[in-house]
Amino acid sequence: MSTTVPVKAQKSVAKKQNPEFVQLLDQDGNRLSDDLYDPWVSDVTGDQLASLYEDLIIVRRIDTEATALQRQGELGLWPPLFGQEAAQVGSARTLRPDDFVFSSYRENAVAYCRGVKLPDLVRVWRGTAASGWDPFSVGMATPAVIIGAQTLHATGYAVGCKKDGVDSVAVAYFGDGATSEGDVSEAMVFAASFKAPVIFFCQNNQWAISEPVGLQAQRPIADRAPGFGIPSIRVDGNDVLAVMAATRSALDRARNGGGPTFIEAVTYRRGPHTTSDDPSRYVDPVVAKEWEARDPIARMEVYLRAEGVLTDELAASIQSRADHVAAEFREGCISLENPEPLSVFDNVYATEHSGLTRQKSQYKAYLEGFEK
Amino acid sequence: MTELTLAKALGSGLRRALSDDDKVVLLGEDIGTLGGVFRVTDGLQRDFGTDRVMDTPLAEAGIIGMAVGLAFRGYRPVCEIQFDGFIYPGFDQIVAQVAKLHYRTAGNVRMPLTIRVPYGGGIGAVEHHSESPEAYFAHTAGLRVVTCSTPQDAHSMLREAIASDDPVLFFEPKRRYWTKGDVDEDAVSLPMGKARVVVEGSDVTLVTYGPLVATALDAAVAAADDGISIEVVDLRSLSPVDFDTVSASVKKTGRLVITHEAAESGGLGAEIAATLTDRCFYYLESAPVRITGFDVPYPAAKLEDHFLPDLDRILDGVDRALGRVNSLTGWSA
Repeated sequence: MSTTVPVKAQKSVAKKQNPEFVQLLDQDGNRLSDDLYDPWVSDVTGDQLASLYEDLIIVRRIDTEATALQRQGELGLWPPLFGQEAAQVGSARTLRPDDFVFSSYRENAVAYCRGVKLPDLVRVWRGTAASGWDPFSVGMATPAVIIGAQTLHATGYAVGCKKDGVDSVAVAYFGDGATSEGDVSEAMVFAASFKAPVIFFCQNNQWAISEPVGLQAQRPIADRAPGFGIPSIRVDGNDVLAVMAATRSALDRARNGGGPTFIEAVTYRRGPHTTSDDPSRYVDPVVAKEWEARDPIARMEVYLRAEGVLTDELAASIQSRADHVAAEFREGCISLENPEPLSVFDNVYATEHSGLTRQKSQYKAYLEGFEK
Repeated sequence: MTELTLAKALGSGLRRALSDDDKVVLLGEDIGTLGGVFRVTDGLQRDFGTDRVMDTPLAEAGIIGMAVGLAFRGYRPVCEIQFDGFIYPGFDQIVAQVAKLHYRTAGNVRMPLTIRVPYGGGIGAVEHHSESPEAYFAHTAGLRVVTCSTPQDAHSMLREAIASDDPVLFFEPKRRYWTKGDVDEDAVSLPMGKARVVVEGSDVTLVTYGPLVATALDAAVAAADDGISIEVVDLRSLSPVDFDTVSASVKKTGRLVITHEAAESGGLGAEIAATLTDRCFYYLESAPVRITGFDVPYPAAKLEDHFLPDLDRILDGVDRALGRVNSLTGWSA
């Protein structure tokens, strides 16, 4: 079939088990029909699906490479996104350049989709800089490491968009653990009160380091938002099409004055919390196996092959491109230069601070003492 | 030139800032219709609208965090924290985000926030309404911390703080809100980072800031009756501290007394004593003396007179600096 025309749902599996759970591709790659969310992706062409698939492959490849770089001593730490590719790509690919993302530290696929340069993804993890990129160059703030803090920043940014009379949207990415933080609740209160054009995009990856989501929430996380007056969507986070549909509907609401939306993307962190973590101490391998069967890339591959979009030839070319990106990423990482010692004092303030000026000049003199 | 209370001078400063720059927005609890619990923002929402002067939900982290987002969007937010003791729920956003974002982003993101905080005791209030938390913020890299003691400074320094591209913690001495003084809105003012020698003297340098400047001036008058000449320095800025001005004074007098309401341990007095000892070691005739609040939680109203440094305790400290008989004479560790 031609890959430039929208791909329609070819077959419809029996009504979904849970109408409250948005899923357009089941774990076996079957395209499910959904009256509410199908229209949001009815324009997606075969080429676009292939492009999404390529994104998924590439971000997983980058992630694998980063873990390897950490194991080889080139990075101090890395927080893998393995398993969460669809949640991140499906949402980030729906955004416009003038939208603005406020994320946590695992959103490397979001950063990739926003156009962050490859070596910029690892400056922090290699320890050469306090953050990776200029937020205004890609419409994405550098990650907040304090859990949940960025949800308030997104809300404030969204209020600013509203004041400016533009239809840009702020998107806050955070995890299931973050929903226990007060900042996230406060952000929802403020966003609802000011009808801020913000999307609260929660990747429920089932884990906050070793703590299961059951310790954070006794009901689906998406159930919380309506209590704040915010509509919510619970979506299969491993289904790139469903994530895209859900995000598009939320963007549409935000752009048209409807205010915030909460999206719970149900996914699974298949890797460790970070490269310092040891999930074997707390993950049940049987459960991990169940989630492996729900992998976002595997189901996409089955679906795209069935649709005739993905051929062996295309798959090989995408894999080759991913390997090329990984090589470029590795080279960029290893080439990052260490910062100059005195730059430790730079940019603490935007304008001169006499106390810091004194410390800098004293340390400069101290360092120069070694050159004599 | 108009005579205004310190609170009204702050209000007129906010009014000018709102008029001069349409990116200035005010956020806080009860600042709109009510005009703030101290009426500092009285009339501003009426004149500038709810878009510029926003009553917020009751959440300090929310206020500060939202201001961070507004700053990302190019705004210049002025946040009101209703009372000193209410700042702690917003502490994380201030210390972990506001203070660090410019550094974190290699200067790409500016945080031109002003965070107004009525602070200090002496008003007979209940717990959490009389604290002096300035040292926490002076200890935090990335923040500027200033405090005013006169209506003119209140007006000028607040406008300068709002215009600053750095985040500024602006501490307002709440028991001096009703102090009156002349305010010239167009006066060329001493930059907010500079200390001011309020009264010149030759025997002892008395360093203070905010609510205790008036007390220190009273002490200088009282000491003069006793033939002692006190030089009073109003720090105005607590980060950075204008050590040049304080050093010049101490080199002249050879004696240093520091007084503040905040607790002694880890306070600004310790920082000033240490730095001045370093800078003026051979000029000092005696060890620097600190007269401060005690290392206790702010006490009940009926005990606050025993907590707050007052005229007599300051003069006792001056006696100590001069080697005269004082409350610690004969005391040994």
